[in-house]
Amino acid sequence: IIDWENSMSTAGEVPAFFKSMGSDSPARPRQKFCGMFCPVEGSSDSKTLDFDALSACRSKSDGRVIDRQTDISQPRKVEIRESTGKEALQNLDDKKSDRLLIKGGKIVNDDQSFCADIYMEDGVIKQIGENLIVPGGVKTIDAHGRMLMPGGIDVHTRFQMPDRGMVSADDFYQGTKAALAGGSTMIIDHVVPEPGVSLIAAFEQWREWADSKSCCDYSLHVDITEWHKGIQEDMEALVKDHGVNSFLVYLAYKDVFQLTDAQVYEVFSVIRDLGAIAQVHAENGDIIAEEQHRMLEQGITGPEGHVLSRPEEVEAEAVNRSVTVANQTNCPLYVTKVMSKSAADVIAQARKKGTVVYGEPITASLGTDGSHYWSKNWAKAAAYVTSPALSPDPTTPDYLNSLLSCGDLQVTGSAHCPFNTSQRAVGKDDFSLIPEGVNGTEERMSIIWDKCVVTGKMDENQFVAVTSTNAAKIFNLYPRKGRIAVGSDADLVLWDPDVTKIISAKSHNSTVEYNIFEGTEVRGGPLVVISQGKIVLEEGTLHTTEGSGRYVARKPFPDYVYKRIKARSRLAELRGVPRGLYDGPVCEVSVSVTPKTMTPASSAKTSPAKQPNQPVRNLHQSGFSLSGAQVDDNIPRRNTQRIVAPPGGRANITSLG
Amino acid sequence: MAERRGNWDKAEDDLPVYLARPGTADQVPRQKYGGLFSSVEGAFESKSIDFDALSVGQRGSRTPRTAKRETGQQAKSSASDNKISPGVESPAANRRGGKDSNRVEITTSGGKEVLQNLEHEKSDRLLIKGGRIVNDDQSFHADIYMEDGLIKQIGDNLIVPGGVKTIEANGKMVIPGGIDIHTHFQMPYRGTTTVDDFAQGSKAALAGGTTMIVDHVIPDPGCSLMAAYDQWRQWADEKSCCDYSLHVDITHWNDSVKQEVENLIKEKGVNSFQVYMAYKDYYQMSNSELYDIFTFLAERGGIAEVHAENGEIIAEEQTRMLQMGITGPEGHVLSRPEELEAEAVFRAITIASQTNCPLYVTRVMSKSAADIISQARKKGHVVFGEPITASLGTDGTHYWSKNWAKAASFVTSPPLSPDPTTPDYLNTLLSSGDLSVTGSAHCTFSVAQKAIGKDDFTQIPEGVNGVEERMTLIWDKAVTTGKMDENMFVAVTSTNAAKILNLYPRKGRIAVGSDADLVIWDTDSIRTITAKTHNSATEYNVFEGMELRGAPQVVICQGKIVLEDGNLHVTSGVGRFIPCSPFPDFAYKRIKARKQLAVLRAVPRGMYDGPVSEFSMSRGGTPSASARNSPTKQPVRNLHQSAFSLAGPPTPDDIPIRPAGRRIVVPPGGRSNITTLS
Repeated sequence: IIDWENSMSTAGEVPAFFKSMGSDSPARPRQKFCGMFCPVEGSSDSKTLDFDALSACRSKSDGRVIDRQTDISQPRKVEIRESTGKEALQNLDDKKSDRLLIKGGKIVNDDQSFCADIYMEDGVIKQIGENLIVPGGVKTIDAHGRMLMPGGIDVHTRFQMPDRGMVSADDFYQGTKAALAGGSTMIIDHVVPEPGVSLIAAFEQWREWADSKSCCDYSLHVDITEWHKGIQEDMEALVKDHGVNSFLVYLAYKDVFQLTDAQVYEVFSVIRDLGAIAQVHAENGDIIAEEQHRMLEQGITGPEGHVLSRPEEVEAEAVNRSVTVANQTNCPLYVTKVMSKSAADVIAQARKKGTVVYGEPITASLGTDGSHYWSKNWAKAAAYVTSPALSPDPTTPDYLNSLLSCGDLQVTGSAHCPFNTSQRAVGKDDFSLIPEGVNGTEERMSIIWDKCVVTGKMDENQFVAVTSTNAAKIFNLYPRKGRIAVGSDADLVLWDPDVTKIISAKSHNSTVEYNIFEGTEVRGGPLVVISQGKIVLEEGTLHTTEGSGRYVARKPFPDYVYKRIKARSRLAELRGVPRGLYDGPVCEVSVSVTPKTMTPASSAKTSPAKQPNQPVRNLHQSGFSLSGAQVDDNIPRRNTQRIVAPPGGRANITSLG
Repeated sequence: MAERRGNWDKAEDDLPVYLARPGTADQVPRQKYGGLFSSVEGAFESKSIDFDALSVGQRGSRTPRTAKRETGQQAKSSASDNKISPGVESPAANRRGGKDSNRVEITTSGGKEVLQNLEHEKSDRLLIKGGRIVNDDQSFHADIYMEDGLIKQIGDNLIVPGGVKTIEANGKMVIPGGIDIHTHFQMPYRGTTTVDDFAQGSKAALAGGTTMIVDHVIPDPGCSLMAAYDQWRQWADEKSCCDYSLHVDITHWNDSVKQEVENLIKEKGVNSFQVYMAYKDYYQMSNSELYDIFTFLAERGGIAEVHAENGEIIAEEQTRMLQMGITGPEGHVLSRPEELEAEAVFRAITIASQTNCPLYVTRVMSKSAADIISQARKKGHVVFGEPITASLGTDGTHYWSKNWAKAASFVTSPPLSPDPTTPDYLNTLLSSGDLSVTGSAHCTFSVAQKAIGKDDFTQIPEGVNGVEERMTLIWDKAVTTGKMDENMFVAVTSTNAAKILNLYPRKGRIAVGSDADLVIWDTDSIRTITAKTHNSATEYNVFEGMELRGAPQVVICQGKIVLEDGNLHVTSGVGRFIPCSPFPDFAYKRIKARKQLAVLRAVPRGMYDGPVSEFSMSRGGTPSASARNSPTKQPVRNLHQSAFSLAGPPTPDDIPIRPAGRRIVVPPGGRSNITTLS
């Protein structure tokens, strides 16, 4: 302790995480992923992870293991004491444990960092400042100048997700426990209704699962897996009564979840009117289906076929398409799982052109690449299977981290959806059957710290922005979440920039046998995690309570997103040109307007195939009236703009002399 | 006039002819569309063309537009006042009498005869003396001797037989005749046809210096491609005045269509096929179909052309516009914003690169679509972009014209962009080589036909004119402004098109053995485009009132003079069908090289011997369930499969992609790899 305090005082102005760079780092310099924009050298040869060797003897690791979470050595300790005496640290039943004081921390928000004490009570931050006057019986944490930041928000998880009778390996308990261990104090999970099941029913099911098991606060996105009138009503109900403000559509998974462009257009229109966020899983499902068949025909059945059939172009194409549809419908767009450079580029370009679009890279795309798909070890290769696929380009993680740092990508999730090897083995003879999903909820904060902050790409404030604040703003949780301020939830992380650990399946909190970041050495990790005003991680020990997580309802029309959208929808009123009546000759047309006899000039308007769509449009129309005066009251329906022939008529020349 | 001639004589040798004049004798500085990347000033105000006034024709060639510009000019600089009136007169003067300086002399060694004597066997022999031959790679001075519709000799002091008609070019440029790679002559539309049939259309083409057109065959969905092809051949053979070739549009896709496409490529001389991403429920193809078609074309050596617009979103937007009460032609452009074009171009490029198929984007109408193409080319994709006369010469502000007939005359798809800087931008990309070829998409309907959609813009027949104006317009917008040189002009108007169609060097080049399709280009001529004088049958012209510099002076088609002194001598039915062979080098050299590289290999692994989880194959599971067990999938793939066997040994160039030996076999030893964890 003394050592550490000394070094703190000498460090002075230097941020704590810079102090140790290159000095007390392990014997081997950490070249692996650092350096802005430099390709990862030797990334393909070091990928022969031998699971057996890992488990067999530790001696092989030539001293690279420095510190693991479980054996945090003395200097990393923070002092936690109770004013009434030494008691158990984690005493949930004790009502006094609700009162917490953190002294001497450096509070890091997305806009600034400052030193102050924080007093929390009943899971809410009550006071921030120096020399706080607090009641007795308060547990005090002495932070010794360490960074105190808002708890992370993992915007994308898929805990307990059902897949063809199987369920993803981490349920809400296991998953949220892993999240807390990594410094995330809130997760937002995806509700995936089977086509044919009502959104509400699926939502209730997920609520039930999560309420009984979750250890931290959570919220839910709802996926739109099919499109008809009932779905729209469900969406309205979810937004109004259930606190959902984000819906995901799939451009991939042909014949299962995939929606057509026209359906996406309608979904986005509805979402815009409801004030929600349109999320999109962006991959061109049609091309993927063709490519999958081609791969299987060629005899490529292993996990490498997964990435070969989903080249990154296909991802970029779908991102581009969804940006177009979103622009057209003036709907805010959120691209989940940005996995490739080209997709990220499309988003960055669209943002430059003014589109309201957000990109979410995930832990896996920020921390590893797709070269592992060619691993000789099937189990290992299969562990990386997720969609969109990890890019085989080893420079991808570095590039995405750079875009994340400069603000072109805004939020980070984990898309945590791991399956056991035996579950993966369902696809041992056909890669297209391998259940998809990687781990990452536990590693998310550390990976980003290591790849971005340690390398100097971003500062600690931007780190807070991409791990929590931006997510809270987009999903209308701000400032309750994502900020340390009076009145905010007491979800805090005391961050230790100096801790170094090696990620391994042996020590992680997920239940799966592998970890896609296996062997990656990351610097920076949570020292103390406080969720709902209670200490859940301290000294490497987790104290979680199953079922203590609350559902956090989210309101529509988040300002961060909708301020621009609203302004644009006022501008976007279109007007017809008032003209006189055309009084010239009109050519005769053959009345039989079946599509077969039509020529290119005559679009889709009279098609019989359009008829089935008619209900959809009507439903769209009726949506406006259903919503009544509450969500969309500010946009007048444009019934007054109908063009009327001017009474004088014929004011204009309409025929040629 | 005298001043101009003097200047022209002096500068002749040193400067390219078209550079000799700008800024010297031209009294009205042509600011309108000039300047690299400059936006068009006053583009909105000058768009009020008055059709009535035109038909009365009281002011000669002084259209309202020139008058307006004149006043603007006066306000700007009084110094040029004295020059204004001759400047305005000059087009007319030029047209009437360019007798002195601009004149090319045509003489026949046998004596004075009629210029155009098709029956006379001697007329097949032509000699052009003193011309400057301009190809896409270089320009040089030489004489050209033609016989039987072919170029026989090129050089100085040619030894030619007697009875040869000689054209004295006086140092003027001789360029390969233009190839209009995109026309829709005589296109049927709901019981009517476009007003320009093959005779009228090809006549207009020749008048503009284009000696070959490539028309689109549009079979009705469900009908045979072959039947439609034969129908178009019949129409064109009996009427066309110039050589022609055909693209075939694929409007539906199944096994028999695939067979027909194969026959068209092998036996009928068609190497380019267009697919539509717009026109939902009519011609539109799904992404999977596009993938199939592109794969097929890549194997057979065809060029995939694409009409790129997102039809699904257009359909939605059209409904929305009509609901909002927007029924006029402005609804057309409002329901088809340029983003939708750019999106579809992006998608088409993705699919084409996935299938390793050369892509040709027809009708590039907007900046964003052109940008996507140029980006893709930078990344190495084999993609060609075709801006059309209309997108290079005018913009979409006219859709808001108060005159319905005028607004409707601009209706085409993708629509002209309302951004007035678009033409300039596209001309720049054309000059830099990011866009490769130019067409006209000439597809004209009369006002009465357009009026079918007078109460609903979606019913307006689509298409604009442009076959006649194409060469002149590009010269004016791109060459006189200094964006491109004369060689690039030849490349974008003919050579590139010939290369893509695999007709090079028969067409698109002046060389011994090439077809005698030549144009003697007059860089000085100035004329005003108007519906009154054009050769199309329509009542309007989308370039109405535009003053353009540069025009063909003599046009030679099939070794015969068809345009001379402003007089057309065309013969209906002389046009020949020119078959195009597959695997054009211009597109396929790269494709072939990539195909060899693109062989994918599986990773040899031991068998997985660990536990396997139970799972249900019931459909509709979860994201990972993809398309494998979809009921609709199977037929499509089977058909695709069968194609391989049908193909037999199709073409020598066909490279087997999937050697059977690559199939993964379980190694006899098995289990050499670790497949279980610890």
